[in-house]
Amino acid sequence: MGELLLRELTPAVLGVLVHRGVDFATAEDAVQEALLQAALSWPEHRPDDPKGWLVTVAWRKFLDAHRSASSRRDREERVEFERTPGPTEDTDDSLQVFFLCAHPSLSPASAVALTLRAVGGLTTRQIADAYLVPEATMAQRISRAKRTVVDVRFDTPGDLGTVLRVLYLVFNEGYTGDVDLVAEAIRLTRQLAAMTDDEETAGLLALMLLHAARRAARTTPDGVLVPLPEQDRSRWDTALIAEGVAILQAALARDRLGEFQAQAAIAALHADAPRAEETDWVQIVSWYDELLRITGSPVVELNRAVAVGEADGPRAGLAALAQVDPGLPRHTAASAYLHEQAGDLRAAARLYADAALSATNLAERHHLTRQAARIGQALGA
Amino acid sequence: MAKYLFLKHYRGAPEHVNNVPMSEWTPQEVDDHVQYMRDFADRLKETGEYAGGEALSPEGTWVRSQGGGKPPITDGPFAETKDLIAGWMVIDVDSYDRALELAGELSAAPGANGEPIHEWLELRPFLNAGPKFAD
Repeated sequence: MGELLLRELTPAVLGVLVHRGVDFATAEDAVQEALLQAALSWPEHRPDDPKGWLVTVAWRKFLDAHRSASSRRDREERVEFERTPGPTEDTDDSLQVFFLCAHPSLSPASAVALTLRAVGGLTTRQIADAYLVPEATMAQRISRAKRTVVDVRFDTPGDLGTVLRVLYLVFNEGYTGDVDLVAEAIRLTRQLAAMTDDEETAGLLALMLLHAARRAARTTPDGVLVPLPEQDRSRWDTALIAEGVAILQAALARDRLGEFQAQAAIAALHADAPRAEETDWVQIVSWYDELLRITGSPVVELNRAVAVGEADGPRAGLAALAQVDPGLPRHTAASAYLHEQAGDLRAAARLYADAALSATNLAERHHLTRQAARIGQALGA
Repeated sequence: MAKYLFLKHYRGAPEHVNNVPMSEWTPQEVDDHVQYMRDFADRLKETGEYAGGEALSPEGTWVRSQGGGKPPITDGPFAETKDLIAGWMVIDVDSYDRALELAGELSAAPGANGEPIHEWLELRPFLNAGPKFAD
């Protein structure tokens, strides 16, 4: 709890320092140092005003750094930053910090790294571990990101759409180590949703909650993927589903549909089926139609073809799939599945084996190899 | 300590002893194989001898510069005859003998009928960055 509260306050504290005129990169370093100090001293003595405490300590860290730097340059210059102690400003620039960290001038990988550190309050070490790169590499990525946004004005409104895409990237990375990026992405999206009045932010939060609800059922303890139809639905988290559905319904009621709301609607229809056979595929196809209209994305088209296969039969699914670019990742896997449904086992086995070779991650490759083996066994028997 | 690279090949290595393609195994055999590889890496992490490893996609391309500000040219996908790396693992161990022992263990991962594959792995010592103080 202590650690989460600490990290919750990160963007607000950073916002105060930037508001006082400290440049973003320097302020971010000072806040990170204050977080480290808090992690050491709060377990012993938790301050009554955590935000005020962090601002005071971060400000002191900044002054220390500024003094030692300026004493080498100009001893007089430091005076401008001397400030009489008083109550912490009531402003909350957290949202601006979100915008800056997801600024369109940043590459997605840089925006993700900067967001996790400056908004999420994670250490460079934790972020490096989560993305399986050396700490020095991640440190470089973050400092380059800070240099990229050095001239961005802090007081201009940013692009909420890029913030949402960055948070969704964090979510999709999942769980790779010490840091649970799924939980972190949900925490940050919750924080963002509380600060904005935006249907798509709510849609993204709902989507994340609905996906996360299925998490325990998605893999076996050995890390083997369990496809949706075979998941033990009693292991889905009904509280997360209920929360996701409620958030989604409130967003949809405002009649400003966007891609995250449409994706969440599809996830909600899956969550709503007590058994895989009871899934309302006809409605799911119509949501894919909406999603395709909004995004024009070939990946959506591919997923739509699979849904058509469930709603109107595998032959219809294969016909829809024939319209989709065969070079897309998972095209072969989708084709294998639809051929199996259509009873063409020989083609399905061959396609599953091909799909395994072009899989982009080990869990998926294992799953597809297993599918090929399963059908191969059935054919041999 | 010395670092060694294990290379696993899709193509280009001498033929395995138990050489049945993975797509003809049973699902259980696939699971057992994957579990063996995972356990092997976990054990080396515990002994402090694991230094990294990844599997590689069989899809790859040859690339070279054309110079003169032109974009690089590509050739590929790889022709059937080319040597093709499937994955790598780096270990940091006390001796060459230990590296051999571990490579042997990895090569004995189970395959069809639960029998060890006895596949050929390539073992390559790393060149150190510079002379050691005592050299």
